[in-house]
Amino acid sequence: MLEPSTTTIPLTSRRSAVSWCACLVALVLLAIAPGHAEAADETFRTVAVADPYLEMHTGPGRGYPIFHVVDRGESVEITMQRTDWYQVRTGSGVEGWVDRAQMELTLQPDGQEVNFEQADMDDFTNAKWEVGILAGDFGGANIISLYTGYSLNPHVSVEVWGSQILGNFSNGWMGSVNVVHETWPDWRVSPFFTLGAGVIHTSPKSTIIQGEDRNDQVGHVGAGVRVYATRRFSLRAEYKSYVVFTSRDDNEEVEEWKLGFAFFF
Amino acid sequence: MEIRFRVLFLIIALVTMSGCAATKNLFGFGQEEAPPLSAEPAGQVIDPEVERREIKEPKIDREDFEVGGFVGIMSIEDFGTSTVYGARIAYHVTEGFFVEGTVGQSEAGLTSFEQLSGGARLMDDDERTFTYYNLNVGYNILPGEGFVGEGRAYNTNFYLTAGLGSTTFAGDDRFTVNFGGGFRFLFTDSVAFHVDFRDHLLDIDILGEEKTVHNLEAHLGVTVFF
Repeated sequence: MLEPSTTTIPLTSRRSAVSWCACLVALVLLAIAPGHAEAADETFRTVAVADPYLEMHTGPGRGYPIFHVVDRGESVEITMQRTDWYQVRTGSGVEGWVDRAQMELTLQPDGQEVNFEQADMDDFTNAKWEVGILAGDFGGANIISLYTGYSLNPHVSVEVWGSQILGNFSNGWMGSVNVVHETWPDWRVSPFFTLGAGVIHTSPKSTIIQGEDRNDQVGHVGAGVRVYATRRFSLRAEYKSYVVFTSRDDNEEVEEWKLGFAFFF
Repeated sequence: MEIRFRVLFLIIALVTMSGCAATKNLFGFGQEEAPPLSAEPAGQVIDPEVERREIKEPKIDREDFEVGGFVGIMSIEDFGTSTVYGARIAYHVTEGFFVEGTVGQSEAGLTSFEQLSGGARLMDDDERTFTYYNLNVGYNILPGEGFVGEGRAYNTNFYLTAGLGSTTFAGDDRFTVNFGGGFRFLFTDSVAFHVDFRDHLLDIDILGEEKTVHNLEAHLGVTVFF
């Protein structure tokens, strides 16, 4: 039984605690249940070992020990993939993990080489969609941004941004739409220029008595680089110069620096 | 001797005949014996009896995402310790690196001042809800196995995480940096248990001057890979 603490007053309502727990249990059950059901009738991709042997590790990582070896000519089923590791099952039911380098030396049932899809630099250049998270400094305040980009062609893409601004004196939100131009999209370190517009909502902190919430329009220009890291993963750094079109006499100018990462697919 | 000659003659005869057979078509002899296939179109010379197999390979089930929930305790500096609930989603980029997003909620208690002074309250009950979100980068260290008895082994690893986000507490959103570590115990290849420790650092001025506070969190979690 929960005893009321002598040092703190329990402010969590019991109902919200129960609903949280129920959600948690439901989520877990939901996720586990189909896992067992689909294992029964699922068909897996089968490949034949073409290398002298296939080494099976106990886990999906370099350090896990090799506990079983499949000989040339035998077939294995691929039951799962996690990062660059494949879980395989032999005819006799032994399950283990094999890395991509070894899996690429296996053959399909018709004798052709197996093509394991792996994102590379080409995908970095030609991928249609990109989702990323960046953080940095927005005129002295902290900013956290999430964006989604769609490539019209390898050079030009359109992006939608949502940012949370957390400053010492005020907080706010900003939403904007950008057009991004990449001059050399096939470079590993690909510079870009950007132009966009949006809205910014600013609310002074509650400890500051004066001031009221404001909504203003913003326009911005910027430049930055996208850097291909690995698989579907890239890094991004950028600078943007904002003009906030305030209702006062003068417009505000804000400089922003950000760093983050993105996935393309 | 005679047998030898006979054998010799036979060999010569055989060689000549086979030679004739081989060169028959070369010199235009024996056209009358041409096979009847010339009457048919060339395309049907070989009638493949074997049907080409259309192989559609099943897609490999990728399980790079990890989603789940957690429950634990959180110490909110100056405001006591209380229960924290939350959810997390992670994407495993490589066997080492992953990125993670977490959301969590806790309720702040009373400061010592509020308890001693009797009725004085620093803020409303609504403002005592401590809600955070974090975006983190993590790295798996020390991958290994845990053994239960003689015949069971479970994959485990420790990980370190660091990231930033925002905390809504005491009426404001506050920029928050967090770092910590955890232990992942893979009950099956798709279900993992977690033990996590995090420190959420944020600046707060609710008690007069602005200061950086450490809010320590320890939680147990369950996640599922998909």
